[in-house]
Amino acid sequence: MNITQINKLKNMLNKTVGSYFNKISHEQLILFISLAIVTFFLLLFVVGPLWEMLRSSVLNSDDDFVGLANFTEYFSSNAVWYSLKNTFTLGIVVMLVVGSLAFFYAYALTRSCMPAKGVFRVLGMAPILAPSLLPAISLIYLFGKQGVATEILLGNSIYGFIGITLGLIFWTFPHALMILSTSLRTSDARLYESAKALKISSFKTFFVITLPAAKYGLISTLIVIFTLVVCDFGVAKVIGGSYNVLATDIFKQVVGQQNFSMAAVTSLLLLLPALFAFIVDRWVQKKQQNLFDSRSVPYHPAPQPLRDGLCFVYCLLISTVILVVLGMAIYGSLVTFWPWNKALSFNNYNFAEISTYGWSPFWNSIQLASWTALLGTVLIFIGAYSIEKGRSFIRLRRFLQMLSVLPMAVPGMVLGLGYIFFFNDVNNPLNVLYGSMLLLVLNTIVHYYTVAHMTAVAALKQLPVELEASAASIKLPQYKLFWKVTLPVCLPAVFDIAAYLFINALTTTSAVVFLYSTDTIPASVSVLNMDDAGQTGSAAAMAVMIMLAAMLAKLMHLLLDKLFDNSTQAWRKR
Amino acid sequence: MQTYLRLENVVKQFGQFTALQQISLSIKQGEFVCFLGPSGCGKTTLLRSIAGLEPVTSGCIFQAGVETTHLPPEKRDFGIVFQSYALFPNLSVRDNIAIGLQNKGFTNIECINLVDKWLEIVGLLSEANKYPNKLSGGQQQRVALARALALSPGLLLLDEPLSALDAKVRSHLREEICQLQRKLGITTVMVTHDQEEALAMADRIVVMNNGVIEQIGTPQEIYEKPASRFVADFVGTTNFISVSMINQHLMRIGEDLLTVPEQLQDLAISGCIVDLAIRPESLYFCEKGKETISVNIEFIEFQGAYCQVECKLWGDLSAHSIYVNVPIREARKLNLMVQQTRYLAMDITHINAYPSEKIMLKSVVAT
Amino acid sequence: MKTRFMKTAIATVLTLCATSGYAVQQVTVYTAFETDVLAKYKNAFEQENPDIVIKWVRDSTGIMTAKLLAEKNNPRAEVVWGLAGSSMALLKNEGILKIYTPKNLAALDNSLNDPQSNQAWFGNDAFFNAICFNDIVAKQLNLPKPTSWNDLIKPIYKGHIAMPNPASSGTGYMQVSAWLQNMGEQQAWSYMQKLDNNIAHYTHSGSKPCVQAGMGEVAIGISTASRGAKLKTQGAPLTVIIPNGIGWESEAVGLVKESDAAKRVVDWSISKNANKLYIEMYPVVAHKEVTATTKNFPNIKSAMAKMDFARMGDERASVLKTWSQKFDSKSEPKS
Repeated sequence: MNITQINKLKNMLNKTVGSYFNKISHEQLILFISLAIVTFFLLLFVVGPLWEMLRSSVLNSDDDFVGLANFTEYFSSNAVWYSLKNTFTLGIVVMLVVGSLAFFYAYALTRSCMPAKGVFRVLGMAPILAPSLLPAISLIYLFGKQGVATEILLGNSIYGFIGITLGLIFWTFPHALMILSTSLRTSDARLYESAKALKISSFKTFFVITLPAAKYGLISTLIVIFTLVVCDFGVAKVIGGSYNVLATDIFKQVVGQQNFSMAAVTSLLLLLPALFAFIVDRWVQKKQQNLFDSRSVPYHPAPQPLRDGLCFVYCLLISTVILVVLGMAIYGSLVTFWPWNKALSFNNYNFAEISTYGWSPFWNSIQLASWTALLGTVLIFIGAYSIEKGRSFIRLRRFLQMLSVLPMAVPGMVLGLGYIFFFNDVNNPLNVLYGSMLLLVLNTIVHYYTVAHMTAVAALKQLPVELEASAASIKLPQYKLFWKVTLPVCLPAVFDIAAYLFINALTTTSAVVFLYSTDTIPASVSVLNMDDAGQTGSAAAMAVMIMLAAMLAKLMHLLLDKLFDNSTQAWRKR
Repeated sequence: MQTYLRLENVVKQFGQFTALQQISLSIKQGEFVCFLGPSGCGKTTLLRSIAGLEPVTSGCIFQAGVETTHLPPEKRDFGIVFQSYALFPNLSVRDNIAIGLQNKGFTNIECINLVDKWLEIVGLLSEANKYPNKLSGGQQQRVALARALALSPGLLLLDEPLSALDAKVRSHLREEICQLQRKLGITTVMVTHDQEEALAMADRIVVMNNGVIEQIGTPQEIYEKPASRFVADFVGTTNFISVSMINQHLMRIGEDLLTVPEQLQDLAISGCIVDLAIRPESLYFCEKGKETISVNIEFIEFQGAYCQVECKLWGDLSAHSIYVNVPIREARKLNLMVQQTRYLAMDITHINAYPSEKIMLKSVVAT
Repeated sequence: MKTRFMKTAIATVLTLCATSGYAVQQVTVYTAFETDVLAKYKNAFEQENPDIVIKWVRDSTGIMTAKLLAEKNNPRAEVVWGLAGSSMALLKNEGILKIYTPKNLAALDNSLNDPQSNQAWFGNDAFFNAICFNDIVAKQLNLPKPTSWNDLIKPIYKGHIAMPNPASSGTGYMQVSAWLQNMGEQQAWSYMQKLDNNIAHYTHSGSKPCVQAGMGEVAIGISTASRGAKLKTQGAPLTVIIPNGIGWESEAVGLVKESDAAKRVVDWSISKNANKLYIEMYPVVAHKEVTATTKNFPNIKSAMAKMDFARMGDERASVLKTWSQKFDSKSEPKS
């Protein structure tokens, strides 16, 4: 081989290596890395635990495969049918009540000219800031045997169906209000103008225009409420009495009998209605998109004294009830020893005296919420960005899009249980995470992943599709585009996601109840424990502390929004 | 002129679906080429492949003598304008143009001067500090154009840039783009589904259908000598009149016998049926004669400068309608009326023929 | 200047090394003891064993047992201390507990220990149930004070009693088991049937019925005695009644990982000093030489039911199934 030949070979080599190097651009590399991170995250923290749970539902306590034996045994007990019936009754009743209550509240907020709309909006959303146990405790103070207004129940016990229903109505109300307000707000004024031109009475207009236009929002609301009710376990545990539901059955199986196979079977059962609701909801969401297009003119209500008056009275009534429930919890937390010593004091807030954990659960929760908000927002937004705006890896992106909506269909208890199965396995190298704060954080991110992801996607979809291509054509790297355009434009959505994650991390109980350790016990779980131990006042006090922290977070959110509004959102103003 | 952009056997597949089949094409330096075709024909995919936004499955692309087939878009040399404008919504008009320049390392003063220059060219100097959503569609598209050109790319790609605009603004901007292109001498590729736009703007048109190139030619070639039935049908209006060949010199249309035009004699095989393609303006009414077709007038539509007359072949009501454009001055003289029987003559130099749609023949195409 | 800085740095590093060289061992202990005693036990132990630090992981009996079982293949705990005997039996069956004979075992009352010959768990104390009776509510409702189990099935108490659901709570199962073993199977079920008529609701946690009695939500709660006593000291108008045949269990200690430090924790937990601490909280402890100084529950030993813990563990699944079938599927909760 002579020198020219060697050089030739060298050139050829350079060419091939060079072309491969050129094939993978920086952009693609970054995209690939971020997609890989999201994929790993979702596979490890969603698919893995769920798979483990499915697996253990067909194993017996000695880890032998028993097929569907667990299921047959499970359904042979008539107690199951009782729980099933209860769960569904509860789901449907709460769904219908909250659906109609929230619909008219949202109607009053968006379609009337009543005074004090802002105040009513804040009050209507207030229950979302409290853990689900707070209304349960509050209801005991109100309607328990020693309650201040027990007579209202006409001798019926608050423990059981009535209690769970009231507690869940209170707790799910803001969720319904949120969806319905959005769906009523995006109404086309042109339809109302035509109705006026056709001389249709305003009463009839409501039925032929308002209701059909909000149809999908309403269906979506009902489904979300149903899922929330079916999956909640806090309210049922505290005030449910003997009214068994599927969520408490799981608790019973795990904590009372340490029967994990049965718990897995119950979990699967709980997964089914949630999964069904989720599929219907997806379908509805798709339909809804075509309802309001860019040509639509937003509706602005005109004053109408009778309607506005009725709306005002209605909202006043509802928000008074909300205030009473919240107020009762605060009052209860200040009563020294309910109901025997009603002197007011801050004794119940002296957590250091009451339990060995002292204030640490509260700080744990703040820590949990902060990390969840921080890590979660970064992960979810970058994930959504890569999925939505990436150019290559189309199959992977489609797969991730599917995975990203899966967590919504998984009830918290089921997720928590799956985590025990998956992360406390000797063969799983990730078992070092077990019991750590990081696992709580990751679990909470997963639990609330879908809603946050969809918020991010919706915000990203507002940007022109070809923005990335335009940037590439003027040689602007994608990361610069992200910093200079995408992120500033989506900043309100990013804050929304962070606030959503923060508040939910503060209030959640269902998923974390199996996962905390002594060092990481969150406040919401300590509410549950203190309530069990008879420290009801302190439980109320801790619930109030959670609520205050959530309020503070919400205020911060509004403040940040205002602060960045001028610098990032000025272009939106017309 | 030397070749600036060359595509060799470019294939693009989306799963099972083949969007581009073996596309080969050369575009000369400074040329304005339009990709024309119905939606889904692959024209946008081809443009995006040239930009590197859509990686090709196989084949090669050369730009300015360098192979760019696998280069990512940011390593290629082009500016692009989209139908959706795709401006950065939170940046002012000035910053939209400046951001690329700053990134390229121009100094602030150079940036300001360049941005001002481009804003002046597109006539938006007074709007420099506004946000894009405060501008009209036409103005936004001008900003996009200025942004695409500010870095002086060697290739300008336009993806249906005028489709979102209303008629007046569209024709105005159409002229502006043409002028600017000629002034800068920049090689330009535009995708459009609007044949009128393509005919008016392009130096050459590439007509595409189902992922293949049907014809490449100047607007005039495309219009007058469509290479395929598809092109004849897609570009402008064409009457397809079924004729049966009696022998090399005689053909039958409806009840009438006519002489086979010279350019069609090659495919006049006795007994075969072909479709004659004749533009409405190549037909005219006249007195009954040897080379005329008898038709029945069905409908007359007043179009301003001319009348469009819809006719049926006499005695063959199942045949397609034949459209004839009659200049208004002539129409007045002819005094045409619905339900009349009249006679049509053809401008035989502007006749093409294609295999009949009804009977599939071997691909016999005459030009 | 520079040298001084270097010297400080070196000194710091050396100090750090020295500290880690002393390395205090940490022992992870899973427990279901009440949270307020944990610090006390930890301090007492660490005073006698300065080279060992206890790391508590505390939860209710049910969750703790579930956690230990879930972690079966990869135990985190080194010692289990203060967990119900029935749970310990279960853990032993699953092979989680190691067979170990602690020092000075002879000093313990063997009735609180693992009844099997290859002992793996050892009693610390006995915890038992009680009837928590709210005096104020009783007065309002004119309810007499019950003194025996049979009193509770009188119609006058209809809707005034809460008890833990045995399917959710070990405390609940403990009482059901005591009834089954002391009344005789058939009679016990018919007793529970009658009692069910009087039950306002079954709760998911063992101490909740007493808590609710303390708050006046019910008049009577069948629940853990220690919770009742505690609420009473906090000011709840409760009388804690111990009827004959009360359900009880030992709280016990066992070894999960065989290390020297872990063994020393187990040894200390059955020592006389430890038992002296237990007696402050529990009226019955395992050490023969330690007896109650306060007489909160004077006749407790004679009231305690005869309990066969092996049987209690064996028939658990079938008992709970029958129980759920009978009482967990009531169509409507009674008010």
